[in-house]
Amino acid sequence: MAALNPRHAWAPTRGAPTGALGSQGDEQMLYFVEQCLNGVQLGMLLFLLAAGLTLIFGIMDLVNLAHGSLYMLGAYFAATFAAVTGSFVLGALLALLATAASGMVLEVIAIRPLYGRPHLDHVLGTFGLILFFNDLVRRIWGPDGMTLSLPSEMLRAFQILPGVYYPLYRLVIILVTLAVAALLYLLVMRTRLGMLIRAGASNREMVGALGINIKLLYTLVFGLGASLAGFAGLMQAPILTVQIGMGENILILAFVVIVIGGIGSIRGAFVAALIVGLLDTLGRAFLPDLLRAVLSTDAALTLAPALSSMSIYMLMATVLVIRPEGLFPAASR
Amino acid sequence: MKTAREDSGKTGFASRLGARTALTATMLALLALVPLYAAVTGDPFALTLFTRIVIMAIAAVSLDLIMGYGGMVSFGHAAYLGIGGYAVGILWKEGIVSGFVQWPAAIAISALLALVVGALSLRTRGVYFIMITLAFAQMIYYVAQGLDRYGGDDGLTIGQRSSFAGLIDLNNNTLFYYICFAALIGSIYLVSRIVNSRFGLVIQGARSNERRMRAIGFPVFRYRLVCFVIAGALCGFAGALLANHTNFISPAIMFWTRSGDLMVIVILGGLGTPFGPVIGAVVYLILEEALSRVTEYSGLFLGPALLLVAIYLRGGIAGLFRRNAP
Amino acid sequence: MSAPLLRVEGLTKRFGGVVAADSVALDLAAGEFHAVIGPNGAGKSTLVALLCGETAPDGGSIRFDGGDITRYAADRRSRLGLARSFQISSLFADFTALDNVALAVQAHAGHSFYFWRDARCDPVLREPAMASLAAVGLEARAGTRVDRLSHGEHRQLEIAVALASKPRLLLLDEPMAGLGSDETARMTALLQELKGAITVLLIEHDMETVFALADRITVLVYGRVIASGDPAAIRADAAVREAYLGEQDAHAGA
Repeated sequence: MAALNPRHAWAPTRGAPTGALGSQGDEQMLYFVEQCLNGVQLGMLLFLLAAGLTLIFGIMDLVNLAHGSLYMLGAYFAATFAAVTGSFVLGALLALLATAASGMVLEVIAIRPLYGRPHLDHVLGTFGLILFFNDLVRRIWGPDGMTLSLPSEMLRAFQILPGVYYPLYRLVIILVTLAVAALLYLLVMRTRLGMLIRAGASNREMVGALGINIKLLYTLVFGLGASLAGFAGLMQAPILTVQIGMGENILILAFVVIVIGGIGSIRGAFVAALIVGLLDTLGRAFLPDLLRAVLSTDAALTLAPALSSMSIYMLMATVLVIRPEGLFPAASR
Repeated sequence: MKTAREDSGKTGFASRLGARTALTATMLALLALVPLYAAVTGDPFALTLFTRIVIMAIAAVSLDLIMGYGGMVSFGHAAYLGIGGYAVGILWKEGIVSGFVQWPAAIAISALLALVVGALSLRTRGVYFIMITLAFAQMIYYVAQGLDRYGGDDGLTIGQRSSFAGLIDLNNNTLFYYICFAALIGSIYLVSRIVNSRFGLVIQGARSNERRMRAIGFPVFRYRLVCFVIAGALCGFAGALLANHTNFISPAIMFWTRSGDLMVIVILGGLGTPFGPVIGAVVYLILEEALSRVTEYSGLFLGPALLLVAIYLRGGIAGLFRRNAP
Repeated sequence: MSAPLLRVEGLTKRFGGVVAADSVALDLAAGEFHAVIGPNGAGKSTLVALLCGETAPDGGSIRFDGGDITRYAADRRSRLGLARSFQISSLFADFTALDNVALAVQAHAGHSFYFWRDARCDPVLREPAMASLAAVGLEARAGTRVDRLSHGEHRQLEIAVALASKPRLLLLDEPMAGLGSDETARMTALLQELKGAITVLLIEHDMETVFALADRITVLVYGRVIASGDPAAIRADAAVREAYLGEQDAHAGA
């Protein structure tokens, strides 16, 4: 079992980086690369969430605030099933199935009555679902959150370039989510189901009139969105968090991604997610030092955390000023 | 020439005979009597709870102005509660305890923030607008968390209530309640005058049919922006009251789920009605309080209840009594 | 000869591969009653959208009373005196008929940053609105909510709203759409009254109305102007007969 390289600490993507930066250019460079990869990783997770949200909005015209709850369920299911089966992979697979199933059941029971309603009704109803799921999880799993440990091989540092190490699991996240993104693209652009999805997005009544079972289609799309959310939840569970309310925190970021990328556009979600992930991670990693170089230490220390968390919102504000409909408006899907 | 009363659709402060007026009048009367009840039963908790309800009702009135009448679904309105509260808290911390400075500052800073957020957000509409206001509010939340000097995530305990040079003593809880209650009545009256004025008709028209508004010659954006600023300022005022009420302010008041609570209150009470926000605040907050006494998991009941309201109760509770529902 | 009130030159609009407006040119003199006709898909709706400022053209210009309004937003054009009615009625459904018209009056009565006085009790707004309703024959329905009015009344209200702003150019987009024969006759009479009193650009499908009312007619086919002139000249034009009137001939036996 290879030991984790202590120089590149197992630091969570969010929060201040550990350890002081050396003055050597090399370490700086390596740190920069590491943070870039962390940014990509966050971006990929955001993409999974945003893709599901934007699909559901684009096809069913539904604002789904409870999307974060499905993300949370994915994480909790994974932690539970992994503990029960003793295998991370098996636990993950079961969790994915469970979340997809939960999503579809939810769609039939609670979401269907909301189709065609004003968005405000969606907001009210799915907000209620958030409250429900948070307390349901607390009732079943308790208030303390859970941990999900990885098999030890996943913990080792993988050498991606000479002298450049990166935790293997994080690399896996990036690669797997890229694969999922590619599969999603294939699904939407090349399959019959994807064609129905795209058709349903542009003309619901027509698709219904053609005899396609719209109800089933919607349930499947919702299930797909739920799977993506759950998948994101379970993938990040070992390295970030499994706790109540985790959905709400990341949901906001997903919203920002969608606004920047353009509602209804998967491609937009992908590009925007990467931008947001990188900007947020690099901002948190480097902005405090940048500020310290420019301002006094006190001022920098006060402003830094606030400014770094603000950076993506500033980006969103900028996009809004220049291109209110997003980078890739839904016309190009 | 006055419009025919029948089917006039006028949104008025003047009462209309019917169950809705009876309900509203009863509710207001009961609210006015809360301090009496608290004094008689010796239970100060009722007073505390209802002061909070009345303050949240003021915030809800401000949200109803833009959301109910204006159709601008702002999912970040709780941010202004926070701004108003922090204005009071920060000024206190820096040695300024006079309400004559704190309260206008709370209103002015909230208005300024609403101006900036509105100028950016109102360029979008529909779902975009919802998400953007949400994101901006969350941004302000994070900024507040980063204010270590003012408590950061733990919040700031405010040593004393706003002082008004001995004219009013806010430490008298009964007096404070009546001040809040008067502020509520005043807010409702103010909003009802605004929505029936020329300005208000533009806002309502823009909600009803924005394309038509442009076609007849209204530059809709600037009117919406001003409306947004007014709502932000009023909510900031509620925030100042809240900070005084709890002698405490923290970023938690601005977390986006609190904005959700505000929206629920407004929708529950009935969008675009003068007293809907009060009805909503009373019902929702009492329900929340009652549930939390009965069970540790109030969300298990409140959540589905909200979903059912969304599905079956169009127009909220006030809508149940509205005569000419479309 | 004085400059035209409205001059459209080389107006072009493309949607993807479709050329909805192909170098359209049009002139309207003050006081003229000008009709634009064409079969379905001729690009009439696009032309309206371009003239009203709902869409930006890809090329060409629109001059109103000498000024270039090509890039102006819809509300700005309205304030200059260009009023329109919608082909598919677009009104304030939850307001009364009088409220609808009064809002149009209000839009042209200075700014609306007045926050206190009840606008529904303001004679400065209500009286002209009532007059406008009377002009189209809807004064009896002033206090009725729009969603309770009939389709024919909606079409009348559309005209009333457009008239309320005392426009210099009235752009009517298929005002007869969906009307029965009685209502069509009433609408034609109304338009007859407007003729001469106000400059009108009428987009219409109904040939009888057009030939009865118009001083000049422009014919649009696939986004292009194929003929423009007085009714007699249009009737005689071979290209027009082929493209459009030929079908009508079979129907009307004219």
